[in-house]
Amino acid sequence: MRTQRIALQTILFKEIHRFLRIWPQTILPAAVTNGLYLLIFGALMGRRIGTIGGVPYLDYIVPGITLMSVITNSYSNVVSSFYSTKFQRHIEELIVAPVSEGVIVAGYVGGGIARGVLVGCVVTGIAALFTDLRVAHWEVLAGMGLLTAALFSLAGFINAVFANSFDAISIVPNFVLTPLVYLGGVFYSIDLLPEIWRRVSLANPILHMVNAFRYGFLGISDVPVDRAFMLIAGMTAALTLWAWWLLRRGTGIKA
Amino acid sequence: MSALSLRELRKTYKNGFEALQGVDLAVPAGEFFALLGPNGAGKSTMIGIICSLINKTSGEVRIFGHDLSREREAAKRRIGLVPQEINFNQFETVFNIVVNQAGYYGIRRREAMERAERSLRQVSLWDKRHTVSRQLSGGMKRRLMIARALVHDPGLLILDEPTAGVDVEIRHSMWEFLRTINRQGTTVILTTHYLEEAESLCRHIAIIDHGRIVVNSRMQELLTQVQTHRYTLELKQPIDQTPVVDGFVIEPVDAWTLRAELPPGTGIHRLFNELGAQGIEIHGLRNASNRLEQYFMQLVDHRRDSTQEA
Ligand SMILES: Nc1ncnc2c1ncn2[C@@H]1O[C@H](COP(=O)(O)OP(=O)(O)OP(=O)(O)O)[C@@H](O)[C@H]1O
Ligand SMILES: [Mg+2]
Repeated sequence: MRTQRIALQTILFKEIHRFLRIWPQTILPAAVTNGLYLLIFGALMGRRIGTIGGVPYLDYIVPGITLMSVITNSYSNVVSSFYSTKFQRHIEELIVAPVSEGVIVAGYVGGGIARGVLVGCVVTGIAALFTDLRVAHWEVLAGMGLLTAALFSLAGFINAVFANSFDAISIVPNFVLTPLVYLGGVFYSIDLLPEIWRRVSLANPILHMVNAFRYGFLGISDVPVDRAFMLIAGMTAALTLWAWWLLRRGTGIKA
Repeated sequence: MSALSLRELRKTYKNGFEALQGVDLAVPAGEFFALLGPNGAGKSTMIGIICSLINKTSGEVRIFGHDLSREREAAKRRIGLVPQEINFNQFETVFNIVVNQAGYYGIRRREAMERAERSLRQVSLWDKRHTVSRQLSGGMKRRLMIARALVHDPGLLILDEPTAGVDVEIRHSMWEFLRTINRQGTTVILTTHYLEEAESLCRHIAIIDHGRIVVNSRMQELLTQVQTHRYTLELKQPIDQTPVVDGFVIEPVDAWTLRAELPPGTGIHRLFNELGAQGIEIHGLRNASNRLEQYFMQLVDHRRDSTQEA
């Protein structure tokens, strides 16, 4: 047990150190992009758009933009870190050692959560320069932020397990994640959509996360928040098991 | 007690290739053991399975009595691996690589740093501790992998071709170092294609070919089986015709050098006398190849002949 705890600390330390050391690649881009979103959509166009659900447009998009950067940063942290661990073969250092599969998953996913949360805080901090932020439900905000970071860190891990080229680690983020995020109600309320698209949108898990997160900030949501939590917690549990099982079998790692 | 014991170990790769066809092997604790065999014989496959890097198809692996499948943690703790190919993070510093590895074995950071220092000093890499590993020379990279493998004090150290691409001086200091840790109680298993290395270091030898152990014997016993002795003779004057001496096979190397093969039980002085009678004076004499190499060649030839007959 003690061995596993220290091994976990070692992996976490290494992972966090990794993204902090290369912060111009890992932290800065999110700050710049989201600063621009807030400036253009929020501050400049937002005045024309007016309010959604009774809040100014700028305030409306802040939660979604924040969660969007949590998603992309958690995902890309783990997918690139674990893929290069595999590619350079130093995953063997962990496999030879008495580290359990659960600890390896927890270490890499923990690194992804740390980056997701840090970037989320940076983006929120930038948003605070544009508007007066208020938080309606801290526990919802923290809970959904962490769960989302965990879920997409796990997804990045699984992507890295299956990837066998650098192309394969950019396909999912570009062609699956980005569309789901943009169609996930970051910039609009699904109440504005025709009924059919409203229903289709409800099948997108990111929509539920974004709305629950927005509820944490503003106290408004297009979907029931408790159901969103159950959905995301269930998905996180399923991906945890899947990641563990893949590592246990040595998929993509052991011949 | 065996440091390593393998029973009926088999590996069939996904493409259907049978790399190990039932390997049984026991390496007693404290041994200095050579695992030899031609390219593709299955050495790295066997080591990969012992170190959990490759999934076995069937069979049993025990490390100091701990079953690798059932008592994973206890078994893994006792192994240190120096793999055939570089497998550390090329963007990490030498020191961090070793410290992290200690962490994976549950060693607290403070102690991990002390041990990393000790390990790196042992392989003369302490000066390079802040260097990014990518910038090390090939021989330094090998030594880094040795330091990393020893940081948790394993009872069994497995080295897969540790001296490939290492210069003579460093190779000798590496040998000295391996002898020292073996004397201090670490069991060492080594694969190499330099047979003089195996002959000079190891007390026991196993030869694997096509996924089977074909020889498993004490080095001394094995060397007495070497039947012929081959010598290189350096001549005082050049010759233009190869001499013929009854009972010896003599081949020219160049005008100043001959190679002679002596059947077992023949004294070399008869060769000297006969050559002297023909007016050829010998200026120097040395072994044409070391004995293990001769044994190895005999074995490989023999196996090739027998498979052709079959
Ligand atoms: N992943 C794999 N899939 C299929 N066959 C493999 C795989 N890895 C190794 N082999 C085959 O298994 C055999 C044994 O390989 P191995 O690497 O164990 O040899 P070795 O004895 O270490 O050789 P060398 O001295 O060249 O290092 C070879 O024929 C090799 O081609
Ligand atoms: Mg090999």
